[in-house]
Amino acid sequence: MLDDFMVRAFLAGLGLALVSAPLGCFVVWRRMAYFGDATAHAAMLGVALSLAIETDVFFGALIFAIIMAWLTTQLSGRNYAMDTLLGVFSHSFLAVGLVIVSFLSGVRIDLMAYLFGDILAVSKSDLSVIWLGTLVVLGLIIWRWRPLFLTTLNEELSYASGFNPKREQLFLTIALGITVAVSIKVVGVLLITAMLIIPAASARNIARDPEMMVLAAGVVSCISVVLGLRSSYIFDTPPGPTIVCVALATFITLNLISTLRRLKL
Amino acid sequence: MKRRSLRHEASVIHVQIWRKTAMTLVNLNRLTVAYSGVVALKNVSFQIGAGEIVTIVGPNGSGKTSLLKAIIGAIIPQEGSVEVKSGLKIGYVPQRLNLDPTLPISVGRFMRLSENVSKKECQRALEQAGVAEIMAKQMSELSGGQLQRVLLARALLGSPEMLILDEATQGLDQPGAAEFYKQIEKLRKETGCAILMISHDLHVVMSASDRVICLNGHICCSGSPQAVAATPEYQELFGADTDGALALYRHKHDHKHDSDEIKSTNLTEAAR
Repeated sequence: MLDDFMVRAFLAGLGLALVSAPLGCFVVWRRMAYFGDATAHAAMLGVALSLAIETDVFFGALIFAIIMAWLTTQLSGRNYAMDTLLGVFSHSFLAVGLVIVSFLSGVRIDLMAYLFGDILAVSKSDLSVIWLGTLVVLGLIIWRWRPLFLTTLNEELSYASGFNPKREQLFLTIALGITVAVSIKVVGVLLITAMLIIPAASARNIARDPEMMVLAAGVVSCISVVLGLRSSYIFDTPPGPTIVCVALATFITLNLISTLRRLKL
Repeated sequence: MKRRSLRHEASVIHVQIWRKTAMTLVNLNRLTVAYSGVVALKNVSFQIGAGEIVTIVGPNGSGKTSLLKAIIGAIIPQEGSVEVKSGLKIGYVPQRLNLDPTLPISVGRFMRLSENVSKKECQRALEQAGVAEIMAKQMSELSGGQLQRVLLARALLGSPEMLILDEATQGLDQPGAAEFYKQIEKLRKETGCAILMISHDLHVVMSASDRVICLNGHICCSGSPQAVAATPEYQELFGADTDGALALYRHKHDHKHDSDEIKSTNLTEAAR
C-alpha cells in the first residue's frame, strides 16, 4: 500500500494536518502568524546546509527553525521590536540559504520542491519522519495544554498558577520548529503558515471553546488535504498550493455561513 | 517561612528580624530589583499580615509591577529576599487578559482552567465576585466590569489566604471602580483573606485599605490612608489634589453615589 505514491502523499498530508491544527490555533491566539512565517523562511538555510553536507533536510530545517525562533524571542525588546528582528533574521536566513544552494554544483537541486513542497515525492522514510514529528508535537501540546493556554491568556497568571511561561514559550518554539521541518516536504517553506493559520481561522467560526476549535481546525485541515490532493490529481495542478486553495475555500464558506446565521438573528 | 529567592549568598547578612508571628503572610526584606542595570526597586521592605488590605500606589514606572512579580516569583531579586508563608495560597487577579477575538472560551471553561474545580465551586466564586449568571457566556462578550469580576472569581477558587490585584480597576469608570472595591471589602469580611492591591488610581483605592504604601522605586511613605495622604512625599508625587480622593473615602460608606454625585462630593471636599 505504501508503495503507491498517492497513498504516501495522503498519509504525509494527513500527518501535517494533524500537527498544524493545534499549533495553528496557538499561533492565531498568540498573534504569531508572522513568527511562523519567519521561522519557515529561516528553515531554508537549514535545508541548504543539509544539502551541502548531504544529510536529511529534516534535521537541518528543524535546527534552524528552532535557532531562529529562539534568537528572536531572546533578542526582542532590547534594541529592536520583535517584528523587526523577525524580518532581519528570516529573510537573511532565506537569502543565505539560497546563495549556499547556488554553490552546490554537484547535483541540480530543485529549489521549487522546498519552497512549495513536493508531496508526491514523499518517500517511506520521509513519511516516518513526518509522523514521528506529528506524534511528538501532539504529545507535547496535550501534555502542556493547560499551562500553554494559561500562558497565552496572561503570563503572570501562569506564574501565579505555578507554571513557568518562559518554559512554555520554549515548548511552543520547539513544536513550531518541528512542524516547520515536517511541513517542508509537504507544502514547502512558503506555504507552511497557510496550513497553520487558515484552518484555525476557519474553525473560529464554529467553535465555542478552545478544545473544540482545535478539533474543528483538525477537521478543516484534513478536508483540505484530502480534497486538495484529489483536485490536484484531477486538474493536474501543483498539490501544495491546491491544498491551500481548498483550505481558503473552507475559510470563505465557513465565514459566509456564520455571517448569514448572524444576520438571521 | 520559605525563602523563595536569594541569588547572592551575601545578602543573607542583610536579613532583618521582623515580628515573626504566624500571621505574617509575606515578608519583603530589602528587596532590590533591576533590569539590565536599571534599578526598578531599591531596598523595599514591608510585610503583609493575614486579613490585611494593603494598597500600593505609585506613578507609572515606580516599580509596582516588579514588586508584584517578585511576590509571585516571576522575577528573581538582585538583592534581598521575598519570604512567603509556606504553602501560602495566592489568588492572582491580572490586569487584563490577552483575549484574542479568535479565542473562543466560555466563562465556565475559563474558571476551570487552572484548577480542578467543580461547577458548584465556580458558581459560588462567581456569586462571591458579584456575577452569578454568566457561566455560559463567552469571555469576549463580557463588559469590562464583568470581566474584572470573573478574573476575581477565578482567583477566589481554592480559598486563597491572599489575593493580589494588579490595577484591577483599569478600564472601569469611577462608579464601576467604587463598586468593585466595595465587593473586595465585602470579600475580606466574608473570607478573611489578605488583599494586596496595586494601583495608580488614587481616587477610590484608598477606601478599604488598612495600609497604603506609596512607591516610587523605593518606599516613599506608608501608613493609614489618611496619614499617607498628609505626608509631603505623597503630595509631591501625586499633587495636592489628592485631598479630594480622601474626602471621597471618608464619605463612601455613608451614602450611595451615582457618578455625578461622586464628582461633586469630590470637588466640594477638595475645596475645603
